[in-house]
Amino acid sequence: MFDWLQLLSDPNARWILLGSMLLGIGGGVIGSFAYLRKQALMGDALSHAALPGVCIAFMLSGSKSIGLFLIGAAVAGVAATYGIGFMTRHSRIKPDAALAIVLSVFFGLGIVLLTRIQHSGSGNQSGLDKFLFGQAASMVRSDVITMAVISAVLIGACALLFKEFKLLSFDPGFARGVGYPTVLLDQLVMLLLVVAVVAGIQAVGVVLMAALLITPAVSARYWTEKLGVMVVLSGLFGALSGIAGTWISASGNNLPTGPLTVLACTAIFGISVVAAPKRGIVAKRVIRAMARSRLARESETERLRTERGEQAL
Amino acid sequence: MSTFWIILTGALVAASCGIVGCFLVLRKMAMIGDAISHSVLPGIVIAFLLSGSRDSLFMLLGAAALGLVTVFLIQWLHRSGVQSDASIGVVFTALFAVGVILVSLYTRDIDLDLDCVLYGEIAYVPWNTIEIGGTDIGPKAVWGIGLALLLIVLIVGAFFKQFKLCAFDPALAAAVGIPVALFHYLLMGLVSVSTVASFESVGAILVVGMLVVPPATAYLLTDSLSRMIGYSALVGCGSAVAGYYVARVLDASISGSMVCVAGAMFLLALLLSPKHGVLVRQWKQRRFARERSA
Repeated sequence: MFDWLQLLSDPNARWILLGSMLLGIGGGVIGSFAYLRKQALMGDALSHAALPGVCIAFMLSGSKSIGLFLIGAAVAGVAATYGIGFMTRHSRIKPDAALAIVLSVFFGLGIVLLTRIQHSGSGNQSGLDKFLFGQAASMVRSDVITMAVISAVLIGACALLFKEFKLLSFDPGFARGVGYPTVLLDQLVMLLLVVAVVAGIQAVGVVLMAALLITPAVSARYWTEKLGVMVVLSGLFGALSGIAGTWISASGNNLPTGPLTVLACTAIFGISVVAAPKRGIVAKRVIRAMARSRLARESETERLRTERGEQAL
Repeated sequence: MSTFWIILTGALVAASCGIVGCFLVLRKMAMIGDAISHSVLPGIVIAFLLSGSRDSLFMLLGAAALGLVTVFLIQWLHRSGVQSDASIGVVFTALFAVGVILVSLYTRDIDLDLDCVLYGEIAYVPWNTIEIGGTDIGPKAVWGIGLALLLIVLIVGAFFKQFKLCAFDPALAAAVGIPVALFHYLLMGLVSVSTVASFESVGAILVVGMLVVPPATAYLLTDSLSRMIGYSALVGCGSAVAGYYVARVLDASISGSMVCVAGAMFLLALLLSPKHGVLVRQWKQRRFARERSA
């Protein structure tokens, strides 16, 4: 009972909690645009593709600075999006296969580089494998500050470009018609996805970062029909699961943060599926039962009326 | 001798994944392969915890069950109004997270290594052998994957016509009385089987590479399904052999190198395939333009 109070009094833990909260918000916000644009699995591909970028950045610099990883992962992510786009536009490969090919080949390359770094045994490499699943407890304050700044920039960009992204999500043809630079905006969404992935690498890890981009957005979609509300809710769900995951991981049992965060997220999703108004299972059952009883009542009155009519005759 | 066993394991994995992967690529379900390869992890771990042994049969059953659960959940979510790719993402990340947590919870008590499950350690294959009547008959993994490959070849061979029709025209297949849903789940079961048979050697994450990259390469090379399956198995085996030697030279992960070599082969096919290659088509267009102007 007193454990978590103690956790809050530790300044480092407070920073980490703040960082994962901001990360959850960022992932949830950009994730909802990706979901509405039917590119939910893009986040999956990009987070796997970030691994070789991170490894190359480490091999070139020899240091574990999150700024350099950001650059490496961003370059790898842009290469991945370009590869997927090239394949779908210029060959008979379908988008889903293109996504899977880029994801697995980049990840394979990442594993090759990672094992090479581990075998070469340059003392500083320990902990690089934590990037696969994330270990929030291993973050130091400067990492958290970088992560928080990245997430804040991400949220700010989405807030500023809200109108543009909204139009792009619902009617890209119209957006092009009224003169928005849709190609540029499209690439900006991809870039922001890459940024979110990079911010999450240390806390959640590359393998499960996709969940933070998809699950909060899908959960939020259950509760509302309005984009603004959905983005806010999705950010909120992301923040909640970030806090829950980090908290459980930090309170001692040394489980990796990423999977715990994802499970917290999935729990919120489960609640949404069951309990959301209008779209949830319970609400649907209630609506159906009400409709059925109204129908029964109406047919009953109808029957009575015809009977009475027959008697009058 | 151990080199031979490693390469044989890799080739068997590549062949079995390459065969079922063709149907995934044709039915535009490549990402379902990705999802299944992630979400069999909790099945493997639970089967291991329940049976207490690394007996392949239990793991095979556990993984096949989880694979079917995954497909079922994805379809259920999709039917209740979630986009299909988003439902894939939600389901497999959740199940994979459960698997990773189970592994890290029990990893101190059991010898199921997280790294090994995720990106495979094919180098250990030759040391884990079976003996029958005192004679060593080869590594366990080779027998496991060999049986999986045999099963896949038998089932795909027996129902080739049905699978083919379901892949290209499910509506027609349903109209002529083929139980499309049954074959869908049968295919998904085969994907799970090939995933779990390979997870020890290639790792859960890299199976998706073997499931998708060789079939996509073959898809660029031919228009006939039976040839596509053959090419896909060949490309897979080729990348297994070449990947082993690349890994030896680089001193890096063998399974990662296999997927990288497969990726390189795919790139070659993408650019230079005689019929669908990007560069080849450009050359043809240029020659055509020159002939017209001449």
